[in-house]
Amino acid sequence: MRVDRALILHLAVIALLFAMQYVMSPYHQGNLARILVLATYATGYNILFGYTGLLSLGHALFFAAGMYGAGMTMRYWDFPAIAAFPTGIIAATALAFLIGTLALRTTGVAFMIVTLMFAQAGFLTLLYFNEYTRGDEGFVLPQADRAIGMIDLSADDTRFIAAWVIFSVGLLIALAIVRSKAGRVLIAIRENEERTRMLGFNPFPYKLGAVVVSGAFAGAAGAAYALLFGSVGASFASIQYSIEPLLFVLLGGAGVVLGPLVGSILIFYLIDYAREITTAYLIVVGVALVLLILFARKGVLGSIRRRTDGWLP
Amino acid sequence: MTDQATPKATETPVDENRRSLLKGAAAVGAFAAGTQMLPGMVPYIQAQSSEPIKIGFQVHKTGIGAAYGRWYDRTTRAAAKLINEEGGINGREIEIVAEDDGTDPKRGAEVIEKFATQHKTDVAFGTLFSHVVIGSSPRAGELKMPYFVVSEGHHVASGGLNRYTLQPGITDVKSQVQSMAPWVADNLGKKVTMIYPDFAFGHDHRDFFSEAIAKQGGEVVAKIAIPPTEKSFTKYFPQIPRDTDVLYHVMVGPAVLTFVKELGEFFGGRGPEIFGFLDSLEAVDINTPGLEFLNGSYFWEGNPRYTSDMSSEHDAFYRKAVGVDDTGASVSDSKDIATYSHMFGCWETLHIIKAGMEAADYSGPDDRAKLIEAVENIGVMPHSRAHPQGDKLFNGRTHQSFGHQFISKVEGGRLTPVHKTSIFDGYYPDEVDYTTQKL
Repeated sequence: MRVDRALILHLAVIALLFAMQYVMSPYHQGNLARILVLATYATGYNILFGYTGLLSLGHALFFAAGMYGAGMTMRYWDFPAIAAFPTGIIAATALAFLIGTLALRTTGVAFMIVTLMFAQAGFLTLLYFNEYTRGDEGFVLPQADRAIGMIDLSADDTRFIAAWVIFSVGLLIALAIVRSKAGRVLIAIRENEERTRMLGFNPFPYKLGAVVVSGAFAGAAGAAYALLFGSVGASFASIQYSIEPLLFVLLGGAGVVLGPLVGSILIFYLIDYAREITTAYLIVVGVALVLLILFARKGVLGSIRRRTDGWLP
Repeated sequence: MTDQATPKATETPVDENRRSLLKGAAAVGAFAAGTQMLPGMVPYIQAQSSEPIKIGFQVHKTGIGAAYGRWYDRTTRAAAKLINEEGGINGREIEIVAEDDGTDPKRGAEVIEKFATQHKTDVAFGTLFSHVVIGSSPRAGELKMPYFVVSEGHHVASGGLNRYTLQPGITDVKSQVQSMAPWVADNLGKKVTMIYPDFAFGHDHRDFFSEAIAKQGGEVVAKIAIPPTEKSFTKYFPQIPRDTDVLYHVMVGPAVLTFVKELGEFFGGRGPEIFGFLDSLEAVDINTPGLEFLNGSYFWEGNPRYTSDMSSEHDAFYRKAVGVDDTGASVSDSKDIATYSHMFGCWETLHIIKAGMEAADYSGPDDRAKLIEAVENIGVMPHSRAHPQGDKLFNGRTHQSFGHQFISKVEGGRLTPVHKTSIFDGYYPDEVDYTTQKL
C-alpha cells in the first residue's frame, strides 16, 4: 500500500480511536466498543453498496452467521474463543458465497428483494431450529469462555482493544481493496456495468467478490459481538440489522472508506439521545435522514469530499 | 373452587429440595417478613437528607413489548411512590431511572451499561421479554450490577445466566405450566392437543406441559406448531385429533384475535374443552368482538384480572394504588386493559429490593454483593401489601421465586377464578446453584 495522505489520514483516525479510551468516560468507552463492531459490519457493507452499487437488504443473515458460527461452536463443541472467531467468519463467508452466487443472477430491485428473501429465510430457519439455536430467546456465552489465553474479552479495557483491533484491520483491508485495481473495477461497475463489460472485465466475479468480502466483514462483526458482549440470538438476523448498515453508510457517506464509521457514531448517538427525549425516536432518525437527502445527499463525508479536491478514498 | 395447599406425600427429589429450602427459609422468613411488613419503621426525615437510591428501570416503551411496558411503568411508579411515602429504603428515597430498551436485546445490553456507567444506578430491574433479558444479563454480570428481572422466562432457573441476575417477584413458565397439569387432567380431560407458536416460548410450553401432563396419567395427542409469520390458522385445525379432550393454546402477538375467531368458526361451539394462557390476551378486553367463542373456556392467570371472592385486601390495595378497576381496566380509561397477570411482578420485585437492601444494610454500590446475598436468603415472602398476588418462596440457589397460579373461567364477559394452585404444584428440582459462583 502506498504511503500518502489518504493512508496517513486513516492511520491517524485509527490512532485517534485508540487514544479516545483514555479520555472517554466508561459509558462512552463502552459505546465506542460497540460502535466499532457495528462500524466494521458497515465498512464491509460499504464495499458492496458504496463502491459496487449493489444494495443488499439481507446482510443481517451474514452478521448472524458469524454470530452463530462462533456462538454455537463454543456452546456445543467447546471451541475456544480464538477458534470460534475465525469459524464465525468462515461460516458467514461461505454463506455469502452461496447466496451471492444465486442472488447475483438478479440486479437492482430484484437483487434487494432476493437478498431480503434469503435473510428472512435464514431468520425463520434460526427460529425453526430453536432446539439448537434457542431462536427468539437466544443464549448466553459464559463469561469464563470469552477469553483468548489470559485476555478476558469481557473486561471493559480488553473489549475496547479487541473491537478497535477488529475495526482497524477491517478499515485497512477496505482501504487496500478500494485503492487496488479490483477496487477501481468495482467503482466502474457501480458507475456503468455495461461499459465495464465493454472494457473487457467480467463484472460477475468482481460483484461476487464484493458480496463475499462484505459477508466476511459482517461475519467478523457478528462473531465479535458474540464474544465481546456475550449473547447470541435470532433477533440479530432480523430485518432491522440489515437496515442498520445501510443507514450507517448513507449517513456517513457511501463510497467513502471512513463513511461507515462516521455514520455509525452519528446514528448510535442520535438514537441514544433521542430515546431520552421521546419514545418516537425513530421519527428523529427519519427527520435526520430527510435532512440528509435534502442537504447532503452523499452523506457527511461524501459531501465533504465533494467540496474538497476529492482525494478522500 | 379448590385450593391445593397440601404438598403430596410422595418422596421425590423435589421434596428434598423443598425441605432444604424451607429449612433455610424458616430461619430468614420471620426477618424478611418483618422488614416488609413494617416499612414505616424508618423515619422519613432521614430520606430527605440522603442521596436517593437509584433504581434503573429497563422498560419496554417501544417495540413488541410496549403494551406490557406501559403497565410495568405504571406499576413500578406506584410501588416507588408507596415505598417513598413509607420511608424509602434505609431512610433514603428511591428514584426510578427509566430507559426504553425498545424490546431489543442489543439495546437492552446498552441500557444496562448506561445504568452502570452513566446514570450510576444501584440496581437494574423490570425487564419482561426473555430475549432482552438474555441479551442484557451478561453485561449485568460483568458490570456486577444486580439485575432483577420480571420476565417469567425459565432462563434464570435453567442456569443460563449469572449470579447477578435474579427473578424474585414472578414465577417462571416452567412452574406455571407444570402447576396447570393436575387441574387440567382432573377437570378437563387427559388427552390434550397443544397449539403453540413455533419458537422458544411455544416450545417451552410444549416440553414442560407434555412432561407434566404425563405425570398426571394424561398425554399430548397432537402438537401443532404454528410458524411465527402465520396470519391465518384455519388450515391447522383439521390436524386436531377427534378424540381430543382439551385444546391447549398459547398463541401470542397481534394474530391472536384471528386465531380465536377462526377457532370459533371451525368448531362452531361443539369442540373440546379449551385451556389457554392469558399471555395471549394480556391488555386485550375479553369482551372484544370476535372473542365470544372463548366463553366457557379456561385460562391460566398469574393474578386474576377481575375481582372475585378469591381477591384479597392486599390485592384491593395494590389495584387501587396502580389505578386498576375491578374489571382489570385503567380507572381513567375502561378500554385500557392492564397486563394484570404479569405486572404485579414489578410491584413485588421493588419491595424485594427494598427488603434485600434493608437486610444488607445497603449504603451504595460497594454493597451490591451483600444485596445479592441478602436476596438469596430472603426465603418466604408472606402474602401482604408488598406481595399482593400471594405468598412466595424464593429459591436462593436458582434465583427463582415460586408462587400460586390461578385458573379462571370465561363466563358472562368476565374471567372468574375457579382454582388457585399451591406453591408446590409448580416446584421443581434445582437446575443450577448460582451461590457457587463468585460475587
